[in-house]
This record gives sequence, C-alpha cells and structure tokens, in this order.
Amino acid sequence: MRRFDYTRAETVHDAVVALAANPDAQLLAGGTNLIDLMKYDVARPGAIIDINRLPLKDIEELPDGGLRIGALVSNSALAYDERVKERFPLLSSAILAGASPQLRNAATTGGNLLQRTRCYYFYDPSTPCNKREPGTGCSAIGGVNRIHAILGASDKCIAVHPSDMCVALAALGATVEVEGPDGNRDIDFADFHRLPGEHPERDNMLQAGEMVIALRIARNHFNRNYTYLKLRDRLSYAFALASVAAAMEVAEGQIVDLRIALGGVAHKPWRDALAEAEFAGREANEATFMQIADRLLSGAEGQGHNDFKIPLAEKAIIRALKQAAAGRPQDQVVKAIQ
Amino acid sequence: MLNESKVVGLPLARIDGPLKVSGKARYAAEHFATDMLFGRVLPATIATGRITDIDVSEAERFPGVVKVYTYKNRPTVAKRESKWKDEVALPGYTMRPLEDDHVQFDGQPIAFVVAENFEAARDAAELIRVRYAAYDPHTDLLQEQANSYEPPVPRMKEFMPPKPRGDAEGAFAQAPHKIAFEYYMEGEHHNPMELFGSTVLWEKDGRLTIHDKTQGPQNSHDYVCNVFGLKPENVVVQNKFVGGAFGQGLRPKYQLFLAVMASLDLRRSVKAEMSRREMFYLTWRPVCLQKVSLAADAEGNLQSIMHHALGGTSRYEDYQENVANWSGMAYKCDNVKISYEIAKLDRSTPGDMRAPGAASGVTALETAMDELAYEVGIDPLELRIRNFIHVDQNQDKELTSKALHACYREAAESFGWANRSHEPRSMKDGNELVGWGMATGFWEAQLSEAEAKVSLSSDGKVVVSAAASDIGTGTYTILNQVAAEAFGVSPQAVTVRIGDSSLPKTSVEGGSWTAASSGSAVQVAARAVVATLLKHAQSMPNSPLADASEDQVEIAEGRLVLQANHQVGVAFADIMEAAGVSEVEEHGKVAPDPATMKKFSAYTHSAVFVEVKVDEELLIPRVTRVVTAVAAGRILNPKTARSQILGGVVMGVGMALHEEGMVDHRTGRVMNHNLAEYHVPAHADIEDLEVIFVKEDDDKVSPIGVKGLGEIGIVGVAAAVSNAIFHATGKRIRHFPMTIDKLLAEPDRH
Ligand SMILES: Cc1cc2nc3c(=O)[nH]c(=O)nc-3n(C[C@H](O)[C@H](O)[C@H](O)COP(=O)(O)OP(=O)(O)OC[C@H]3O[C@@H](n4cnc5c(N)ncnc54)[C@H](O)[C@@H]3O)c2cc1C
Ligand code: SF4
Repeated sequence: MRRFDYTRAETVHDAVVALAANPDAQLLAGGTNLIDLMKYDVARPGAIIDINRLPLKDIEELPDGGLRIGALVSNSALAYDERVKERFPLLSSAILAGASPQLRNAATTGGNLLQRTRCYYFYDPSTPCNKREPGTGCSAIGGVNRIHAILGASDKCIAVHPSDMCVALAALGATVEVEGPDGNRDIDFADFHRLPGEHPERDNMLQAGEMVIALRIARNHFNRNYTYLKLRDRLSYAFALASVAAAMEVAEGQIVDLRIALGGVAHKPWRDALAEAEFAGREANEATFMQIADRLLSGAEGQGHNDFKIPLAEKAIIRALKQAAAGRPQDQVVKAIQ
Repeated sequence: MLNESKVVGLPLARIDGPLKVSGKARYAAEHFATDMLFGRVLPATIATGRITDIDVSEAERFPGVVKVYTYKNRPTVAKRESKWKDEVALPGYTMRPLEDDHVQFDGQPIAFVVAENFEAARDAAELIRVRYAAYDPHTDLLQEQANSYEPPVPRMKEFMPPKPRGDAEGAFAQAPHKIAFEYYMEGEHHNPMELFGSTVLWEKDGRLTIHDKTQGPQNSHDYVCNVFGLKPENVVVQNKFVGGAFGQGLRPKYQLFLAVMASLDLRRSVKAEMSRREMFYLTWRPVCLQKVSLAADAEGNLQSIMHHALGGTSRYEDYQENVANWSGMAYKCDNVKISYEIAKLDRSTPGDMRAPGAASGVTALETAMDELAYEVGIDPLELRIRNFIHVDQNQDKELTSKALHACYREAAESFGWANRSHEPRSMKDGNELVGWGMATGFWEAQLSEAEAKVSLSSDGKVVVSAAASDIGTGTYTILNQVAAEAFGVSPQAVTVRIGDSSLPKTSVEGGSWTAASSGSAVQVAARAVVATLLKHAQSMPNSPLADASEDQVEIAEGRLVLQANHQVGVAFADIMEAAGVSEVEEHGKVAPDPATMKKFSAYTHSAVFVEVKVDEELLIPRVTRVVTAVAAGRILNPKTARSQILGGVVMGVGMALHEEGMVDHRTGRVMNHNLAEYHVPAHADIEDLEVIFVKEDDDKVSPIGVKGLGEIGIVGVAAAVSNAIFHATGKRIRHFPMTIDKLLAEPDRH
C-alpha cells in the first residue's frame, strides 16, 4: 500500500473538480473494492476523494413510475427497497445473488458499476497485466483462466466484469447519470462499460474527472416474467462463472418483448439488443430458448480452462428463459435451481 | 480406565469460549509492548532461480523503517543442519530464511523490513526492487511422474508401504470383477482463521517471551534456542490461544525465525505477522496422483488390492505421508501391493493437513470401492461389510477395538440407506437428481509422550499444567473435565494452564493424539496426587485408611475415601493440615506401551453417508445431508467432539467440491492466493450434518480409553460425496475438487 492524500468532498461539484485536477486521484465510496486493491498494491492512487458525505443516497420517484437511484445508495438498501422489489425485482434479485450481506451493506451503486475485474493476474502486481500496466502483456492468456471471458475478449485482455447488479441493469436498460467538471451527461447502460479491445486499462466510458451520480430506470413490464440465475463454484459468496438476467413480456405463449444479459462471460454485461428484437413474436418455448442461446453465444470462444463456460452459459440461458417465461424467478436463498 | 463418569462425558461448553467471543483471548500477534517494532516479509515472485539484485535503499529511507534484512545482511545463526531440525522436521535440508540468493519456491521470504509501525513496514516492503534470474519451474506433478522416487530416508517407518502380500497382480488378472483407475487431487491450503504471527518480547537481561502461533510451544522454543544459540531457560514460548491450525502450525514458520532474529539484533521487541497471501506459500496438502486397482470374486470378496500413490514435495525436503497404506488394512484381502513415491516440484515443502495422507488416500480407495460395488453389482455398503476385517493385515497385529460395524449400522439407519435404489440416476426430487453415497473413514489412534502436573490445594482448587496446545479443539475443556472427574470437584474448581513451553513436556498438537495423551497424563498425575494424599493420611494417628491401598481409594466430596465404602475416609483438607502442606502436586507421564504396540494396532473408524442433489440440466451439485458415525473410543465431551467432526466434514466437502490452489505452471506460482478466490464451503454449501458417536470400549489404546477426533471427521467425506454424485448423475469424477467444469465434461456412464 502506498501513501496517499485524503480529502472529503462536501459537494458533487467539489468532488469532480478535485478529481479532474488530479489524474492520480480516485473516489472512495464503500471501499470494498478500492481498499482491497490498494492493500494488494494494485491501485496506487496518490489522492483519495471520499464521497461518502455527498447527498447521493436517495432513491427517487420518476414521473413515469421509474426510479432514480443515487450513486451512494448501498447495495442492500437498493435490493430491499419496496419499490425496487415491486417494480424491478430482477435488480433486487441480482444484487442479492452477489457478495455477502456485510459487503452489500458497505458497497454502493456507483462503486458496484466501477468495481474492477477479479482476474488473478490483475490482482498480483508482480505479473504482467495490460489492464494494470498497459503494454506489459496479458498473463491470463495461456495461464489460469477458468474465470475468464468467452465473449468479446481481445488479444490484450480476456478479463470479465464481475458485477451481478450490472447484469440486471443492462437487461433493464438503465441510464447512467454522470457529472464532470463541464456538467452532466447521460450514458446508456449498454454503452457504459466497454470491451477490452486495444485498451483494457479502460473499463468504461467515463472521461477524466467524471463521476457517476445516479442511475435511472424507466418503468417497464418486467416484474412478472424475469429471473436472475447465477452459476458459480460454490452456492454463495463467489463470483459468477456465468449468470443470466432474463426478462420478458409474454402474451398467449408468445414473446412480446425480451431482455437478456449475461454476466461472468465478458468484459461487460453482455447484451445483444438486435438479437432480442428478432425473437419478439416467437413462441416462448424451449426450441426458441435454444436458438436464443445459440445466437447469444455464436461468437463464444474459450481460453482453455474456461471452455466449459460455453456449454454452461448455454444451459444457463435456456434455463433462465424457462424460469422467466414461467414466472418462476430463481430464489436467491433456496439453493435448488428452480 | 476412569471410574463411573460424573464430569467426563458431559457436553460441557468450552471454557475458553467466553474469552474468545468477547475478544479477551489474545492470539499470537495480539500482544503488545511499548517500544515494539513491526516486521513485514517480502515474498519472492518467482518459483525458482536466483536473486541477481536486491535494492533496499528506498525501503530503508522510508520514514519509520529501522532495518531491512536480506540474505546479504542476515545475522549469523546456526550452521549445522541438526540445529534447524524441529520436532517434526523432514528428511532433507530445512528452509533457512534469508540464507542466500537462491529462490526455491514462490513466496519464499527474501527480505524482512522492520519498522516502528506496521504500516511503515508493509509499505516499505513494496519499495524493494528485486531482479531475478528465473529458471524454468517444474510444478506440475503430472509432468514430473518420470522423476518420481521412493523416499530414500523415510520420515517414519509407519509411512513406508507394507511388504506386498500374496500375488496381487496374479489375483487381479484372474478375478471376474475388477476396476483400475487414476485419481487426482489438487493441492490444498489450510487457511486457518488466525494468520501466522509471532510477538517477541525482548527483555534487557536477554530473556525472550515469545507469543507464537504454533501447535507446539516447546517445538518453537527448542527451534529458537537451537538456531540462535540461546539458553533454554532464557526463552519462553506461549500459544495460549490458537485460531485454528489444521497441521499448518506443526513446524515453526519463518515469521518466528525472522522476528526473533530482528529482536536479538536490534535488542527490541518485534512482532511479525503473515498476510493472508503468505499463508498460501508454505505448508500445503500436496497434489497427489493415485492409481487404485481392485478385484473381487462374484460375491464381492476382495481378491486383489493395488494402490500406488505419488505425492509432490519440494526441492529441499522429502515430505511424506501415509497415503496408500490404508488400502492394506481397510478390508480383508490376501493379495495386496502398495507403493508410494514422491516427486520434486519447485514449490515449498508440503506439510500435514488434517488427516494427512488419509484424506487423499482413503478418498481414492473409497471411490474405487464404490466403483467396484457397481462393477460387481452389489450395494456399496454391503461390499464393505462383506470385506470387513478384525485385524490389521498390514502389520499382522490385532486391533485394540473396531466398532465400525456399529458405525455402518447406526449411520445407515439414521440416513435411511435401506431406501436407496441401486441404479444411478434413479432418484429424483423436482429438477434435481438425488444421489446417496457412502464411504468408510480410517485414521490412526495414537498416543504420544506427554507429561502433566496436577495440584490439589486444601481448599479443593485444582490446577492442571502441561505444554499442550488448544488449537480450537477443546483441550482446555477436556483436560479440565479429566481433572474434575479425578477429584470429584466441579469444573469451576479446576484451572487448566497450557500453551506455555515452560510447562511439562508435551509433543506438538497433531495426529489427533492430544486428548488421549495429555488427558491420560493428567489422569496419571491425578492418581499420583491421590497416592500422596493416601500416604499422608496413613501417617495420621488412627487413620481409618491405614490399611487401604492406592487402588482402593478415591476422592469424593472433599474426602479421601474407600471406593467400596464412602463412609470411611478423611477430608483431604485435614490430611494436608496434618502433613503441614497447603497443596499436593504430582507429575504424570504417559508414553506408548511397547508391549501393547507390539501386539496391537489402533485406529479410529467412521462411516460417512452423503446425500447430494444435482440439477439435472445444469449439473450444479449440492450436499444436502451428511450423516457421520464415528468409533473413537471414549468420548470425553460430546459437544467439543461433535464440533471436531462437523469441522472435519465441512473440510471434506471443501475437498470434494471447492478447495484447490491454482498454479500457473508457466511461472510455478499459486494464483488464487486469497479467500475470495480460494474457495472453502460457504454457509449455503452446508446443510444438515449429523454426527453419531457409537459405543466403543477400548482399554488398550490409551489409559483413558480415548482415541482422538481431530482428523477422522474429514476422512472419507470427499469419497462419499463423489460416490453420491455418481449415484445421482452416473458421472464418475476422479479429479478433486469436483468442480462444475469436470461434471460438464464427463459423459454419463450409466
Ligand atoms: C469477497 C468479495 C466478494 C464479492 N462478491 C461479489 C459478487 O458475488 N457479485 C458482485 O456483483 N460483487 C461482488 N463483490 C464486489 C462488490 O460488489 C464491490 O466491491 C462493490 O460493489 C464496490 O462498491 P464500493 O462502494 O465498495 O466501491 P469502492 O471500493 O469504494 O470503489 C470501487 C471503484 O469505484 C469507484 N467509484 C466509486 N463510486 C464512484 C462513483 N460514484 N463514480 C465514479 N467512480 C466511483 C472508485 O473510485 C473505485 O475505483 C465482492 C467483493 C468482495 C470483496
Ligand atoms: S485478462 Fe486482462 S486483467 Fe487479466 S491479466 Fe490479462 S490483461 Fe490483465
């Protein structure tokens, strides 16, 4: 761990100004990821800007019946909020599938979006890693890579985004509200995280000095036929090997509107809106679900240890779609798969 | 044997429990002194090679840093290898921290930063620049098979394979039913909650009081004295509370050496604690490749057993454990061939981890037995019962006891085994396939040399002292119970002093022998106290006990009385007064009895029954039920005993499904060195666990009839889980842990 300066921001404006002024600065929210990374000497911020006092802790009603979620709302507060449970139970379920109660109490909405990959090599500063130190190489390629990406990877990085919450947000089509020194802007959730490409050091589309201040989710009809199915190496407290956030509107056995996003398989929550649209009007049955899985995984490629993720993701997609279609969402407490 | 129990056998809550849950129990790194220094290790980041340059200048300049040690400036310490050999050292060359520029394993300590505070030491360590000439690491056991060898110097003669008996190959060739498979176990890491730490309190007169995380305070004491040339009376090592160890604390760890080294050099108190990451670098359950061949006749009677095991070790020591010998004693069979080899890897030396050897070897044997049961077409439990044996064929000895039939019967009944259908994939619950599997567990019942001191004061207070350790197993509580029982006093009247090298000699706390050994020593010492009291009583005028002999008296309700007639006796306070003493203190000592050992073998046994549910499509397994029945002689305290078994079962589930150190063989480094990525079972992975202790009287295994419980709980669990998964899915996974990738890759065999 390196020495750093510590300041506490009292307003969002102060925070973004301070952040913009110092390329070495990082925001501190719940600290459940950043502090770990500092202790491992992976994150070496010269300055910490503590944003925990900022007034971003509310969940507000939007005129259309949607919700606006402040960046500092804790993962627990969000998951257990009555409005969220009723309107966006997929989000609630995805959050509860992740981490542990203690972590969820500390972790924040903004921090969850910005959490970094769990790639073993990223966490070990003595190994080459393009994400940690651009240009040094990717140790995971040809190395221990059972938790790595099968979709959208590049020859520079095969890491996955570890969040569960973000998979649900991708499926629900949230909007990320961002503030920078030059003012506010919105980013579609689908565009917020990026694929590694040539620049795996960049996880997302935030510009220097920008921070997340809130998320907006518009009212939708995905609170009946939805599920979050997470498959992992133990039944709790492990990151997803593959997870599926699925939601649909069904009428007379037909898919009216489909949303499906995958977690644990790519550098960002994996969603293909074009594919979703193609399946509108199709029968909500196993044959269709198999085609959806095929379609989503058409470009999937294993890295060796993680080859199993392809059949695993395929089975998970089919099962999740069955759960969603049947209105039988995965229970996050009962460990039997519904 | 003890008399009719009053305190022994009661489910007493552990007496150190309140201290632990209220934070008052101080662990090794929780002791402080004013003016104390803090040390931090820099681990190597290559598995094999040389340090070509190590630049500590920036670290030395860091505010608060007092000194940075590397191989270049390590103070002089013992040269002769014999000085470095601890009580449980291995054949080979003991690792000497900061010895020279060689790196022999990932994580080897290559620098030790000492600073005025922990943060400075930690942060400065990251400023050390190291350049290496790295060699190609060889860390993959499967690639090193050609370089395997039989250990030239056996660690213990008991670990050497028994001589072959009969004609295993010939019998195998002729038998109508046979199986032969390879089983592979990945390396595991102990990860007790408490990190290794040593607090060395330095006193001006040169004395050291050391709080060390260890399973043997006297082992650490002797090591420190030998390596640094200190007078034994000037060093005390304490380990009053140990936050788990599982075998990782049997041998002194490098932080002990480094903290003492710095303390002597700087003439200050020094504390050093490992990081969680360092816990992955040394002492681990070795990777193990086994081949088991079994053959049976048409009725399932075993005709041939062949078991070959290959374990990993380091370049510098030959770690050995008893992996395969179990196959020669477990079942009746006259044609047996067992072999054991090790292969050098560029890794740190493995070490004993809960049921070392048996946890791996019995997993292979018991999975193979299940395979054989299906090959023959009989019930897996029935196969074991048919091949039951009442003697130890390996050593051609009788057994002190073996209530394994009762284990099978009681566990099977509680589990409902009779309702099992034989065919794989034949039981279902909703979306899930249900599988029931079982296995037998074996562990040796050992008595080690142990001494204890017991004193009884005239006001009825009892003090027990021994250099034993309570590594979370309940030693404090059971020694209390044995003493309370011996004097007929309540547990509140007894104080147990353990975890201190200056107390009566005791072996390291390992092998599940502490309860039997120290418990017996306490019992012997207590009997000696009674004998002394009797002597004093007999010199009193008109003593009613004048004609009594030692074995005719006991203590009851504050009086020394005739066992046959409690009316006849004298208050022990009066005896002491008459003798002019305020307390009576005696020593007790036990050691294995050579005559008994010549004739008898002693083992602990268990039967483990497991239910798994596996989603039919997704193949995610869940262990929903485990029933374990254990025959371990006398149970001193069913509560602490049950906890030992529960812990072992949970660890067995981890071995079956989760635990695995993932090594990048290109660099020879463990990559998942933290508890987020090295998985042990979480709460959700553990459901109903039931523990049954069957009645087993054994008057030979130890003076108090105890066999020990620390390790038997894990043995057989992984096999029972694997057998249950086979029963559920028809998939036989022979590579542990049985993670989802292996289940997906495996075709259905039925
Ligand atoms: C052992 C363990 C297990 C876990 N398991 C899971 C799991 O199963 N599923 C899962 O989804 N997650 C899991 N997590 C991750 C957890 O969800 C994240 O650590 C948490 O969400 C991060 O939130 P935080 O507020 O603590 O972020 P911090 O650690 O404070 O910050 C993380 C990053 O986000 C930045 N940041 C924070 N807030 C903002 C903002 N408003 N705008 C811009 N940048 C910001 C910080 O600068 C930092 O770079 C686990 C974590 C641990 C330690
Ligand atoms: S996968 Fe990405 S994060 Fe992991 S080593 Fe490669 S570049 Fe680094």
